[in-house]
Amino acid sequence: MKAGAEDGSALRRPPPAKAAAPRPARTATHEIERYGSLFAQRTTVMNSSAMRDLMALTERPEVISLAGGLPDTSTFPPDSYAALMGTVAARACARALQYGPTEGLEAIKDCVREVMAAEGMNIDRGEVLVTSGGQQVIDLVCKTLLDPGDVVVCEAPTYPGAVPTFCSYQAEVVHVAMDDDGMRIDELEQTLARLEGAGRRPKFIYTVPNFHNPAGVTLSGARRHELVRIASEREVLVLEDNPYGMLRYEGPSFPALRSLSEEFVIYAGTFSKILSPGVRLGWAAAPGPVLEKMNIGKQASDLCSSSISQYFVCAYFEAGPWQQYVHSLIEMYRRRRDAMLDALAEHLPHEAYWTHPRGGLFIWVTLPDYIDTTDLLARALEERVAFVPGRAAFVDGRGGSSMRLNFSGVDQEQIREGIRRLGEVIGEQVRLYGTLTGAERVGSRPARAGRAAFPQTGELARILHLPRKHTE
Amino acid sequence: MSRVAVLKGGRSLERQVSLRSGARVEDALDRLGHDPVGIDVGADLVDRLRESRPDVAFVALHGRDGEDGTVQELLDTLAIPYTGSRVSACIRAADKVLAKHAMRDREVPTPEFFAFSETAFNELGAAQALPAIQERLGFPIVVKPASQGSALGIKFARTSASVPAALLAAFSYDRKVLLERHVDGRDLAVSIIADGASPRALPIVEAVPVQDEFYDFEARYEFGRTKFSCPAQLPEATAREAIRIALSVFELLGLAGFARVDLMFDDKRDELYALEADVVPGLTDTSLLPQAADAAGIGFDELVQRILDAAV
Repeated sequence: MKAGAEDGSALRRPPPAKAAAPRPARTATHEIERYGSLFAQRTTVMNSSAMRDLMALTERPEVISLAGGLPDTSTFPPDSYAALMGTVAARACARALQYGPTEGLEAIKDCVREVMAAEGMNIDRGEVLVTSGGQQVIDLVCKTLLDPGDVVVCEAPTYPGAVPTFCSYQAEVVHVAMDDDGMRIDELEQTLARLEGAGRRPKFIYTVPNFHNPAGVTLSGARRHELVRIASEREVLVLEDNPYGMLRYEGPSFPALRSLSEEFVIYAGTFSKILSPGVRLGWAAAPGPVLEKMNIGKQASDLCSSSISQYFVCAYFEAGPWQQYVHSLIEMYRRRRDAMLDALAEHLPHEAYWTHPRGGLFIWVTLPDYIDTTDLLARALEERVAFVPGRAAFVDGRGGSSMRLNFSGVDQEQIREGIRRLGEVIGEQVRLYGTLTGAERVGSRPARAGRAAFPQTGELARILHLPRKHTE
Repeated sequence: MSRVAVLKGGRSLERQVSLRSGARVEDALDRLGHDPVGIDVGADLVDRLRESRPDVAFVALHGRDGEDGTVQELLDTLAIPYTGSRVSACIRAADKVLAKHAMRDREVPTPEFFAFSETAFNELGAAQALPAIQERLGFPIVVKPASQGSALGIKFARTSASVPAALLAAFSYDRKVLLERHVDGRDLAVSIIADGASPRALPIVEAVPVQDEFYDFEARYEFGRTKFSCPAQLPEATAREAIRIALSVFELLGLAGFARVDLMFDDKRDELYALEADVVPGLTDTSLLPQAADAAGIGFDELVQRILDAAV
């Protein structure tokens, strides 16, 4: 139903052959109803077009988008790209153009093993399933484990891209609160006990332990051990989604969950953040029987991931130390993160709270509960700045006054300008709310001085317990 | 055969909807043997129009710039004929406050309302008047931005405590908002085509949201989210009255070409109210105007041709 190319005029499809029978252009009421009655039940929980359409606007060129989850691919040298593709053409042209094995080429599994080793894990080739991005791991795990109504436990907030996946498998998603040390284990235990009381056992616990998307926090070392202990005791699987582990800017590194238990942890990795999201390659490492089922699921989905991409990645790993590029990204992203943290401290009113990520790509900001960030996005777009409204990171309608900010996709100058605009819009809303409620007299001082007028409320506390970070 | 510039997209919040409308119109124009040139409206619009030298422009833009007279003014300046309403009518219809005042002045029933600009609150202490307004309108109160389409930014305030946040949300979309008495009833849409001597109403469409609280953005553009009934099952006198009201709104706002007038029918009290008029109604697969036309035996291609014929 989409309009296709954003600008149909530039790349217009050829006119239809005059000889072809005219396609019916009917849109009668009964036809709409008829399709409606054909749709699977699961499509009714796949939201939300309003958000999708607003998000499409964030990609307009005039907008400073802090909304994407985009790595910056502009620093990858075009010469290297050409040379690598040349290598693929010279060495493996026919094979690159051919289907490959579902589980992935043997050669790329060595690349996976290198990355896993850098993350502190040793795995065999047989434990790897190469996928089309880390996203496919989430999909395949759901496909393998979930019947409609099965429970999935995840963080609050959770990765926005996982929400539609969970929903399309009709999972019942239960959020567990986080704090500065990641998922709260006490809350997790309470949740599991409550579920058990109701005769339910979750199929898996989904977590992004490192530099969480969108919350920006990291699961502490102690909690990792606890989480793995709980999973083995209760025989619940954990899906450890680790796209950002290599992008660490400060602080200690903690052991991967899979390094603590191979029995109950499914690991999702990706080349998206250390090389390129465009290659659409990730991988799963999972207990044998699970991996086998996921393999069958993948056959049904897409037979195999792109052979061209796999050969490209192999050539890249062969050509030189892949860590160098990652280090250059780390340097760049760290500066951008710092620029954003400084700008937030300078421009956001005192009522706002945000996290201090030690790596990754995102900062999670929570505003006073009377501000709805989905509506705020409309206002922000007017000022040509964009973010992801927090509601996208929940399945239960929470997150309405939070937002996710990305600092990797645009340069420092744009980050500063974007946050300045955002601060202006938020400050304006805080002031306006003051006049609407009579909490501030008309035309009085700006929001930064008006902190006492807006105490935190329960709603805010329910969203995420995070202390404000002072960067000064 | 005409060369038709199909204006779509733009930077309005309804950009995606407009792209869908525009793509369908282009396909129809192709089938009709015209020469459509799709233009995603942006800073280069004037250049693109000069370059493509269209005989006529089909305005398939929704929301800001496309329905409020901005693009129409530009087309007038460039002396390019275009579909739909003229500048002044667009300005009147796109601003719900202006439109509702015009309705009230001409005694066309529309839910009671109060409108305020941001300045009224910031500079004139309008918040002091909120309790009196709440008492007058009763709860829930519908709070909406003055100029947004597709139900974006519309909130229901159920208690006086939730009014400020609802106003704040509406002010995210426009500098002017209105508080409106809620009409509990059925959503009706009367589509009107004026390609001949006098404007003619098409069969009434009723939209029944399947699960949502009201006919919101999701319900409007997603298959399976809304059940439609066309022609709406209404008592004959009610249907006649709805059409009479819609035609008088069309006329009093000075609309031209085609439009859609949204009404609420309070079936318990047997009362009809006009809410607003849409000067560039959606032309997507789930939109109401194409459905209404279809029910009248006018297929999408013919609808597009008729709208084009009425362009001046």
